[in-house]
Amino acid sequence: MGNWIINHGLSAFILVVWMGINIFLFVYYYLFYDQGPQFEYTRELLGSALPWARAPAAVLNFNCMLILLPVCRNLLSLLRGSFICCGRTMRKQLDKNLTFHKLVAYMIALMTAVHTVAHLLNAEWYTNSFQGQYGPLAGNLSMLDDSSELKTTYLNPVRSNSTTPTLLVFTTIAGLTGVVITLALILMITSSMEVIRRSYYEVFWYTHHLFIIFFAGLVFHGAGRIVRSQQVTDPPHNTSFCEDQPENWGKKPECPIPQFAGGFPQTWMWVIGPMIIYLCERLLRFIRYMQPVSYRKIVIRPSKVLELQLVKPGFKMAVGQYVFLNCPAISQLEWHPFTMTSAPEEDFFSVHIRSVGDWTEDLIKMVENLPEGGQGPKMAVDGPFGTASEDVFDYEVSMLVGAGIGVTPFASILKSIWYKFKDSDPKLRTKRVNHAMVHFDKDTDIITGLKQKTSYGRPNWDKEFEQVRQENPSSVVGTFLCGPQALAKDLEKKCVKYSDVDPRKTKFYFNKENF
Amino acid sequence: MGKIEWAMWANEQSLAAGLIYATGGIVGVAGQFRGWQFAAFGIAAGVFVCLLEYPRSKRGKGTSVERTGQYCFTVCVNAFGPLTRNYYVRAFLHAALCVPGGFMLATVLGCVCLGIASLIYLSAAIHGEHWEPILPRTEPPKRVGDSIKEPPQNPPPRPPPELRRKKADKLETAAYDNPMSVTVNE
Repeated sequence: MGNWIINHGLSAFILVVWMGINIFLFVYYYLFYDQGPQFEYTRELLGSALPWARAPAAVLNFNCMLILLPVCRNLLSLLRGSFICCGRTMRKQLDKNLTFHKLVAYMIALMTAVHTVAHLLNAEWYTNSFQGQYGPLAGNLSMLDDSSELKTTYLNPVRSNSTTPTLLVFTTIAGLTGVVITLALILMITSSMEVIRRSYYEVFWYTHHLFIIFFAGLVFHGAGRIVRSQQVTDPPHNTSFCEDQPENWGKKPECPIPQFAGGFPQTWMWVIGPMIIYLCERLLRFIRYMQPVSYRKIVIRPSKVLELQLVKPGFKMAVGQYVFLNCPAISQLEWHPFTMTSAPEEDFFSVHIRSVGDWTEDLIKMVENLPEGGQGPKMAVDGPFGTASEDVFDYEVSMLVGAGIGVTPFASILKSIWYKFKDSDPKLRTKRVNHAMVHFDKDTDIITGLKQKTSYGRPNWDKEFEQVRQENPSSVVGTFLCGPQALAKDLEKKCVKYSDVDPRKTKFYFNKENF
Repeated sequence: MGKIEWAMWANEQSLAAGLIYATGGIVGVAGQFRGWQFAAFGIAAGVFVCLLEYPRSKRGKGTSVERTGQYCFTVCVNAFGPLTRNYYVRAFLHAALCVPGGFMLATVLGCVCLGIASLIYLSAAIHGEHWEPILPRTEPPKRVGDSIKEPPQNPPPRPPPELRRKKADKLETAAYDNPMSVTVNE
């Protein structure tokens, strides 16, 4: 339980706060439109469908504001850098940005559904009101027209007998933008399903750019000011007295003709900030794209792994971080993430790229056809990103488990330890590092070139843990994993099994996911 | 865009469209909207599309991921043979089903989504894709060997011929045939 709180407590707290804000907005705006006196006559036409449409609209404003922020990775890096004071748990939350993005997207989808259904009802009932199906009050309200001679303002957007709900939707700004952006949202969601994303990332990535249409439509969605509220007249219109005698409006002093005006569109106020931030983000990625990157060394390793050693002026990294690479010769618009395998102490940075899909295969093919010692294809680098893996250095004994290409962050860490050791860095607490690399192909090179204790193959974890326990009594051992979920479960169990509260015995702390 | 199997996206889109079509239909019927008959059709068409699209097709390349509990649907859909296998038929079917939705506001979104799905299926059909059922593989029962003294099927692994060749002067004492002929100077 304590372990859960340490690992997940802050995330759970953030989720509770976010959900709390959503619920507050929904309830507040529901009551505002359900009970506000200025909407008394609007409710006469629409019933509770009005608040049922406006409440999700408020939640949508909030979430559309949030959704762009988790994907501004440079902004997140900036925040991460400025949170150095605030502890690693805070900074680690920034690594869960994509999970939050998806959560917010689901909320947007849900609220869009509620909002759309409520407006379907609204459109139908506005039409019925105009056609006199709801009694004299509704009928009279609907008959009010925008007329300067009669000094009236309209309430019901339906202004003629031939208007159908469909026509109403497609001839108003709100209706048209609403349909377009809902369609864009649906296409974005269906192409973001995990099955599609994992197999055909390009479809997902290009379709997702429909968000541009989504936000453009969203900003203009309220421009028609179709939600109308009653204005204060002089003398004031006494609703409770006058609503039973609409035929006397304008004839009795207590009942001047009620005036209505549309609400000021507010969505743009919510989303303009994040839109500008996102624009800056894309601009920054473009600037990084233009910066020159040169190749120091290109090596093709066995098992179709490509090592690239790159040099970029002004580039600074920490252990365990990753970069995004873009190769215009392969694809203009695709950026792919790779963990760096070099140490910060080196004057270059390297990545090890495994052939997995189209982009990586094309890159390896291109590099294979290069002349000896030639420069590789133009490469753009964005980054570095990610929380630095400094936890490893906090333990006296660290156990690093990497599966397959998951060894890449460890390569960075091990090299950095080596450099720190060589330069007698006083901050290095690590006295001993046990490194197990789980490889399925025994011919693969040692990435780091270190001789100490890199074992291959699939270990017998019980034996390994027992051995570490015997060799390191009364020590706290940090166990780090970069690999598949099944392995994570296994290792976590072993950590629990071999840990002991007795201070004379060994304690294993398990760090999973991106540390 | 890479070697995409369009049918995969068409499948997701049409499943979503079916749900939206049906939901719009339910709203139309429950709210007793004008033109509720189109809404009722929308419910029926939406449900039908969902049932048809629920079982994922087996992929041409790569591992196919089933949806939970799709096996019974797979069997039903498979029973219709070429009607359901062929994506031209599906594209046409979705296009036909979506048209009545356009006559009523509540189902208009379902209509457009289904129409888009129909277009993606058309693209899939043009690219030669078709629907394949994901059926559990019946593995042949493992035969317990009658005798463990069966001889090995393959020869023991050897280094490649260039390394195996013996020098010319050592040919007579060689334990095996030289895989390639050599002369004295090599």
